[in-house]
Amino acid sequence: MQRTMMDFWVGLFVMAGIGALLILGLKAGNLTDFQPEGSYRLVGNFENIGGLKVRAPVKSAGVVVGRVADIQFSTQTYDAVVTMKVDTHYQFPKDTFASILTSGLLGEQYVGLLPGGDEEMLKDGEKIMKTNSAIVLEDMIGRFLFDKASEKKDTDPKI
Amino acid sequence: MVKQLKVFIESVGHRVVDSIWRLGYATRFILLVLLKSVPGFLRFRLITREIYFAGVLSLIIILVSGLFVGMVLGLQGYETLQKFGSESAVGTLVALSLVRELGPVIAALLFASRAGSAMTAEIGLMKATEQLAAMGMMAIDPIARIIAPRFWGGVFSMPLLAAMFSVTGIFGGYLVTVVFIGVDEGSFWSQMQSAVDFRYDIVNGVIKSGFFGVVVTAIAVFEGFDAPPTAEGVSRATTRTVVTSALAILGLDFVLTAFMFRGVS
Repeated sequence: MQRTMMDFWVGLFVMAGIGALLILGLKAGNLTDFQPEGSYRLVGNFENIGGLKVRAPVKSAGVVVGRVADIQFSTQTYDAVVTMKVDTHYQFPKDTFASILTSGLLGEQYVGLLPGGDEEMLKDGEKIMKTNSAIVLEDMIGRFLFDKASEKKDTDPKI
Repeated sequence: MVKQLKVFIESVGHRVVDSIWRLGYATRFILLVLLKSVPGFLRFRLITREIYFAGVLSLIIILVSGLFVGMVLGLQGYETLQKFGSESAVGTLVALSLVRELGPVIAALLFASRAGSAMTAEIGLMKATEQLAAMGMMAIDPIARIIAPRFWGGVFSMPLLAAMFSVTGIFGGYLVTVVFIGVDEGSFWSQMQSAVDFRYDIVNGVIKSGFFGVVVTAIAVFEGFDAPPTAEGVSRATTRTVVTSALAILGLDFVLTAFMFRGVS
């Protein structure tokens, strides 16, 4: 085989290999939604975050507006401090409500932002005051059973 | 009785000492190859030639197998996932299993049997026909001229082949699940993208295939160089390359996986 022909094929091979890596990164992976700049931080304290993980999406009206950047446990307030990175395109009012929701019955957990009506917007590093914890299934079942038990007592005609 | 026992223990000891000696010999040989690979990099065309033989000519088998592995993964994943009503997660399944495990491992197994065995046979025959000795006579170092370029050609080709294997596999999974079965295209890609992390999954897969490339080509060139200079010796060395490479790939894959994916997320 001629040298130039071989060089051509090897060049093509190397380019195809690097192209494959790029496709993996861009099409299959999440290299595209990394936004190191153009985002601001919001902090929220949650009583219970359930199964929320770092890099979970932050959604508002179902649209992904950011990602969870960090989760810490605070020993002062004994709750979870969730830091979120939100795209600067999306500004939220001061009285925005943050709650931890689950997509579907078995889906992943995410932070849902419900904008309020305040004129002022949340700034970088500010804290979301109104939060709603994740729904823990065990708590819910416990409460349900407790309600059922007390219901029966109330409706019992003999007492 | 005592004499028989003595002979038995001696034979066991002989085998152990022999295999450890061979391991040390192989290690020294690979270190020597690394030391003498500078001329190969200075004359890069030597390595290009080996990339052509090890990489470009392995493309067909890698791409076709990747396509079929991805198609089977898509089909089987769909069969199971649709029982739970989460067939849109099939993209995640296909992509993660290919990028993390199957891409590097199967590509390396195919590479070992397609390119590794060819390397061993070529070097072994060169040795049997005394071409290596003749080179030495002409003051050309056979390790620098013959072995090192083959080693580096294999090491370069392997990660690229594994990446291409994964891409064609994902395409195969897409073909079967989205085009033939009719899983929603949007959720196929978006669930895949939200699950596959660049650093955690893709880079680790590339690191894995790099390790496999080093191990497979090291075994191949060593077995070729070490082959007894007879027809039978070369054939045995070729067999040993494939068997040892396959075992090394699978064992190393477990070790690497244990280090890389320990469920910390």
